[in-house]
Amino acid sequence: MTNDLARWQFATTSIYHFLFVPVTIGLAFLVALLQTAWHRNERPEYKRMTRFFGTLLLINVAVGVVTGLVQEFEFGMNWSSYSRFVGDVFGGPLAMEGLAAFFLESTFLGLWLFGWDRLPKRVHLACIWLVVAGSMLSAMFILVANSWMQHPVGYVLNSHGQPVLNNVWALFTNPTFLWGYVHVILASLVTGSLVMLAISAWYLRKGREVEAFHHTARLSVLVLLPAILLQMFVGNKLGEIENTYQPAKIAAAEAQWNNCQPCSFSAFQIGGGNNDQTPTQVISIPHLLSILATGTWDGAVVGLNQLQKEDEKKYGPGNYIPDVFIQYWSMRVMAYLGSLIALLALWGTWLIHKGRLDRSKWFLRAGLVAVVSPFVMNTAGWLLTESGRQPWIVQGLMKTVNANSPSVSSLDIWISLIAFVLVYIALGAADLILMLRYSRKGLDPEDGPEGTGSAAQAPTPVMSY
Amino acid sequence: MQLHTIWFVILAIFWVGFFVLEGFDFGVGMLHTIVGRTDEERKRALSTIGPWWDGNEVWLIVAGAGTFAAFPDWYATMFSALYLALLLVLLALMARGVSFEFKDKSESPRWRTTWRWAMTLGCLLIPLLLGVGLGDLLNGLPIDSSHDYTGNFFGLLTPYGLWTGVTLVALCLLHGATFLKLRTTDELRERARAFAQPLGWVAIALVVGWVIWTRSVAGGPDVPQPVEILAVIAAGFAARLAMTDHDGLSFASSAVAIAATVGSIFIDLYPNVMISSTSAAYDLTVNNSASGHYALVVMTVVAVIFFPLVLLYQGWSFHVFRARIQAPPEAASDPGPT
Repeated sequence: MTNDLARWQFATTSIYHFLFVPVTIGLAFLVALLQTAWHRNERPEYKRMTRFFGTLLLINVAVGVVTGLVQEFEFGMNWSSYSRFVGDVFGGPLAMEGLAAFFLESTFLGLWLFGWDRLPKRVHLACIWLVVAGSMLSAMFILVANSWMQHPVGYVLNSHGQPVLNNVWALFTNPTFLWGYVHVILASLVTGSLVMLAISAWYLRKGREVEAFHHTARLSVLVLLPAILLQMFVGNKLGEIENTYQPAKIAAAEAQWNNCQPCSFSAFQIGGGNNDQTPTQVISIPHLLSILATGTWDGAVVGLNQLQKEDEKKYGPGNYIPDVFIQYWSMRVMAYLGSLIALLALWGTWLIHKGRLDRSKWFLRAGLVAVVSPFVMNTAGWLLTESGRQPWIVQGLMKTVNANSPSVSSLDIWISLIAFVLVYIALGAADLILMLRYSRKGLDPEDGPEGTGSAAQAPTPVMSY
Repeated sequence: MQLHTIWFVILAIFWVGFFVLEGFDFGVGMLHTIVGRTDEERKRALSTIGPWWDGNEVWLIVAGAGTFAAFPDWYATMFSALYLALLLVLLALMARGVSFEFKDKSESPRWRTTWRWAMTLGCLLIPLLLGVGLGDLLNGLPIDSSHDYTGNFFGLLTPYGLWTGVTLVALCLLHGATFLKLRTTDELRERARAFAQPLGWVAIALVVGWVIWTRSVAGGPDVPQPVEILAVIAAGFAARLAMTDHDGLSFASSAVAIAATVGSIFIDLYPNVMISSTSAAYDLTVNNSASGHYALVVMTVVAVIFFPLVLLYQGWSFHVFRARIQAPPEAASDPGPT
């Protein structure tokens, strides 16, 4: 019970935190692009767009940062056995994240927010780019750590059977990390551009500030297109890597109970949880799974039943099969939505080519509705990778069931879980209200000649605080 | 010097740095409704820390993550033992952090009041509870042979821990007052100076009491060690100077007072990192809870490269916004609801 509660809490706080992180990374990047464009072309609407999307970025960052604090503490609070066991390897990337990424991001965000009229323009522009760098570095260190959990490298076991770091470069060259990190960054760019597209589409449909939001609609589509197309390629590669090091994760994602060669891809099935090895296939595409998993027409995939037998021989008795229903559906939700977004991006690019982006009612409607999709895809992706690693918390080294804090009771976790859920609902509601309100406010009125109003006297910035 | 001792010192520096920097953030956060009577004044008070508080908060994150990396055993025991206390700290950090961004986003008085309370209470709870936690390290908690805590939430509220927490809150208030004095003009500065006087006396009394009690808790000689004496002297200077126009010196004194108080905890703790009240054999020490040599070397290289960089650009950030926050000219002042 206590272990399950700890898992529920970690899943809840992580999924919630990751609703905000990709928006921060993606939108910061887009805001930096807008400010760079302004720096070059000096057109006032670019400054106004920078500040407009910057306000939305900051609202989002506020929640992203505080939910991140919970993550940092939660390893020690709820997973002390895990922390004790892996800290020698796992703790390092987290500490590096603080030293190299968080300080950078936080310091330069403050400089950017308050430095509009104080810093030389080039320095101010550098500030937002350093925020982008900080946010991307932060993701990097977390992915190094998480990838080690999926595919442990760079360690030896000490006399107590604990992993001890002996090669830090191995952590950063772990194939799971390399492909996983690119996957997360691309997901963030997709998220940021879909958010920017939705807001731009809203204004274009209303015919408000069309000049300005035409630019951001175009920018978001032009960032979205390469991001989503690359993402599908990278996602596929990551699946192949995971098939190598975590075959049960992929076999479960395909609900592949028995070995197959060649393997059909099940596009839609009914049933097929862990107790149902013969689900009803509604759509099944021959050979496609062989291609996806192995890159060959007749490639073989090892089934869950065989993997279970192998793992029992290797690790002893136990259930080595992840939750098949979660694996199967999270993979498909993520991939199918991704495909729809790719189509949206292609459509938008074609409209830009024809010069009809602003006037295409259907595209603008689609662009508005699509804003929900990245949040669903990102959540599905993390469920796929984390649930797919079960029963392991560190693949092959430590089982999740042995990892939670012995000194923390079920009552303790009920208290914290309920507290987090309530506070997160409140924060989320406030965030949503503010995002909706501020995204509908329109751009700042045109600035007068430099320095009007915002004299050195009153440094209270226009944007917030 | 051994790597695990070096890392103990590094972590102590991060805890000290956190309290010195966020100390004034918490102080200003607690005082902003007292020195600021109108919306504009409160906003002005908080704008003294606006550009910096987020970067200052990272010192806490690095203290925690650094503990995870260098002393995973200590991190695991401490964070799981302090479970519900840390939950409250997290909720307070969330309330405080979000209120900076959200508080002005609506004209509604109820909205503004809610976030004002979130800020004030958050800034009170964080140093209080972290103070309890740090005090408990020295005081000792029931810890068994597997290095797991065997008590509950109420077991964390040791008298010594509570005194440490309250002392830190008082020092943060004083530090916030000297900071406001340094960073504002006109009525905000005057009110900060007016509060510094009673705050100063309270802080001195608490610090003296804390030093005496620490001698008894920590064992060893009854004579306070130099850093503890420094804490008392600095608190005295801060209290006295806060009433004068030596704004820089009074701020420096309150900074030293906090640094010396938090630093003393670590000095008195070494070579232990957590003390077990169950048995000295179950104490966590720098030796038995550290990571392996390779990991410590890697982390030391990373720290040597990045920490000076951090000091450089964070220092530059302080320099950029060093000017005092002026009251707006009469014509432009925001009438705002009182």
